[in-house]
Amino acid sequence: MSRESMEYDVVIIGGGPSGLSTAIKLKQLDPNINVCLLEKASEIGAHILSGNVFETRALDELLPNWRELNSPIKTKVSKEKFLFLGKSKSLSWPTWLLPAVQQNHKNYIISLANLCRWLAEQAEALGVEIFPGFPASEILYNEDGSVKGVATQDMGIDKEGNKKDSFEPGIELLGKVTVFAEGCRGHLGKELIQKFELDKGKDPQQYGIGFKEIWEIDEKNHEEGLVMHTAGWPLDNNTYGGSFMYHAENKQIFLGYVIGLDYKNPHLSPYDEFQRFKTHPAIKKIIEGGKRISYGARALIEGGFQSLPKMFMPGALLVGCDAGTLNMPKIKGSHTAMKSGILAGETIFEHLKENKDLSIFEEKFKNSWLYKELFEARNVKPSFSWGLILGIIFTGIDQILFRGKLPFTLKHKHADHETLKPAKEMPRIDYPKYDNVITFDKTSSVYLTGTNHADNQPVHLKLKDPDLPINYTLEKFDEPAQRYCPAGVYEVQKENNINKFVINSQNCIHCKTCDIKEPSQNIIWVTPEGGGGPKYGNM
Amino acid sequence: MKILVAVKRVIDYNVQIRIKEDGSGVVTDNVKMSTNPPDDNAIEEAVKIKEAGKATEVVAVTIGEEKAQETVRKALAVGADRGIHVKVDNSLEPLAVSKILEKIVDKEKPDLVFMGKQAIDDDCNQTGQMLSALLNWPQATFASKIEVKEKSLEVTREIDEGLETIEINVPAIVTCDLRLNEPRYASLPNIMKAKKKPIEEISAADLGVDTAPRVEQIKVEEPPKRKAGIKVANVAELVQKLKNEAKVI
Repeated sequence: MSRESMEYDVVIIGGGPSGLSTAIKLKQLDPNINVCLLEKASEIGAHILSGNVFETRALDELLPNWRELNSPIKTKVSKEKFLFLGKSKSLSWPTWLLPAVQQNHKNYIISLANLCRWLAEQAEALGVEIFPGFPASEILYNEDGSVKGVATQDMGIDKEGNKKDSFEPGIELLGKVTVFAEGCRGHLGKELIQKFELDKGKDPQQYGIGFKEIWEIDEKNHEEGLVMHTAGWPLDNNTYGGSFMYHAENKQIFLGYVIGLDYKNPHLSPYDEFQRFKTHPAIKKIIEGGKRISYGARALIEGGFQSLPKMFMPGALLVGCDAGTLNMPKIKGSHTAMKSGILAGETIFEHLKENKDLSIFEEKFKNSWLYKELFEARNVKPSFSWGLILGIIFTGIDQILFRGKLPFTLKHKHADHETLKPAKEMPRIDYPKYDNVITFDKTSSVYLTGTNHADNQPVHLKLKDPDLPINYTLEKFDEPAQRYCPAGVYEVQKENNINKFVINSQNCIHCKTCDIKEPSQNIIWVTPEGGGGPKYGNM
Repeated sequence: MKILVAVKRVIDYNVQIRIKEDGSGVVTDNVKMSTNPPDDNAIEEAVKIKEAGKATEVVAVTIGEEKAQETVRKALAVGADRGIHVKVDNSLEPLAVSKILEKIVDKEKPDLVFMGKQAIDDDCNQTGQMLSALLNWPQATFASKIEVKEKSLEVTREIDEGLETIEINVPAIVTCDLRLNEPRYASLPNIMKAKKKPIEEISAADLGVDTAPRVEQIKVEEPPKRKAGIKVANVAELVQKLKNEAKVI
């Protein structure tokens, strides 16, 4: 069936910090460039999740007068703490002994969702056309193989793939340049990386899963502007991860946990590690008497410099964490994503006006502070493959003594889906029962995300081989999807003594962890009907 | 025939509602807002009637703060012809809303007024009925099927006992049930076209309506938490507990 098509100078996929920065930069350079931006969430910000301690460097460049524009960047970091947790004890690490990249005194505690909503207002005021609720589901190519644009998802298709009365066909959005800014593990970005071999000669990408809860806590425990990180318990020495606790405005704290998806034990449940972490005396005493008001989870990029794919291709650019610009030792990706968007805006402007090739992006990138930052950060994450203790010692030498200038680059050896060991060989983990005060089950957590997908639509979590979960993955790895999914989408149910793999796709919070961690890469995340997924507030 | 459809901006039905700490209302900051679901059905029905050639114009009206205009835009994107946004700063009671709608009816002279059977925020279910009284027009509430006849409507109503079919003369008020139809999606080109459709802005103060609240809201609080269930060992224990503890048998 033929679809309607619309032409723009630039089509941007994704309304996060990188996509919105691209749009704003383009309109600043030339208000006559037509820019449209698609977002799969029901509104800008509703699918984004981040700590977030925000470094304003890229924003200072993009909108130098942001302080006068009623921006949601208000809480300045006033105090920092770093704790090593043992099972019941904690050891405070002096902040002057932290590498400079982990010092935050010039930064702000923000909600990235609110920052994006505000950036979207700035973009719309400049004339960018923003369409929330429209997932780009398909890449369109020209005959010469270059990217021509995208098609949006058809709406109103039932479970079996038939058109419902409300059927509304997707439309084609054609751009002279298409910018992919879907965030970590974007499903179109993934296709582009494969098709154009953008990751040729690079290390496999590394990911983590990040959890976040917002708590409203007792006034006496709240210290607006306090930033605290922890390492250690409940994770063992061989699992990469840590927590954050940011004291934001209105007696709220942003409490979260990040675990590297290169973990080896299939019995590990990232969700339960996070829940258990909250029972540590050093954490519990702060949140006790408070109320959890939000929950969410999202995969994030950890590969950094070595894993960063080429970001340009014929007709398109890949920006932000769709490529992977997060700075892991800094635990920050918003300013780097924005910078990549600014560079993309400049590149496209010169491409449209002076007919320069999109490959000039590479040179702009190499000459930018973004490149320098990612280069200097490159050895931290791989060093943690030797364990937490050696990782910390190496990071001290690399980041404090040499400031990232050691004359070698450590490699990421494995993709995250290759790291699981067989279930039989690894210890089972007994997680404590949820107390419904500090710790909660997945169902009540997902409830807080406001997640919904229109029922009677095709399942958007596709299995390449529908029998593999039971015939292979359950046997060998005890089907880890039951544990790595932070929303309880995957279950193995016994019916008449026969195991059945169940996908509760309506619970999916679009974190993309399954697409990354499934040991045989058997689960493919595709876009559901527009507007589906979580409805995060100030995440 | 001209149809006026009233739409309201409310907290999205998927969002978990939180009560403000001081009990003065619910938290609306950073919360996803949408069109009141049965209002979507009202718009859909009006547009369908127009598409069937039985109506000439569909006008969407909302009463609310600045951002309530998004609700009118959405109505325009699914087929309403033009919009009216009556601006007010605070939330209004159904009586004030009905009085404002009465003024809009005086001005627009529609043959039919459609709206959702109730709004999911305050669940009042009063506006349609009050407007009917103010205008002295017939009303059909909880409509799950509407058939347009020469100078009347045949309306099927969802009532406790089942379905009731009534015939009312036009002009009339109809409040719509969720079973009335399946609202369509706004397509991207239609959203773009909707940006160019006119929305008239009216200040509530200019209409000369007394919108002062008649009801004093004392406190908003969460419903009590449901107690966890218990497991009983056998039927005898169940009966004993139902008799002595729950005292229901």
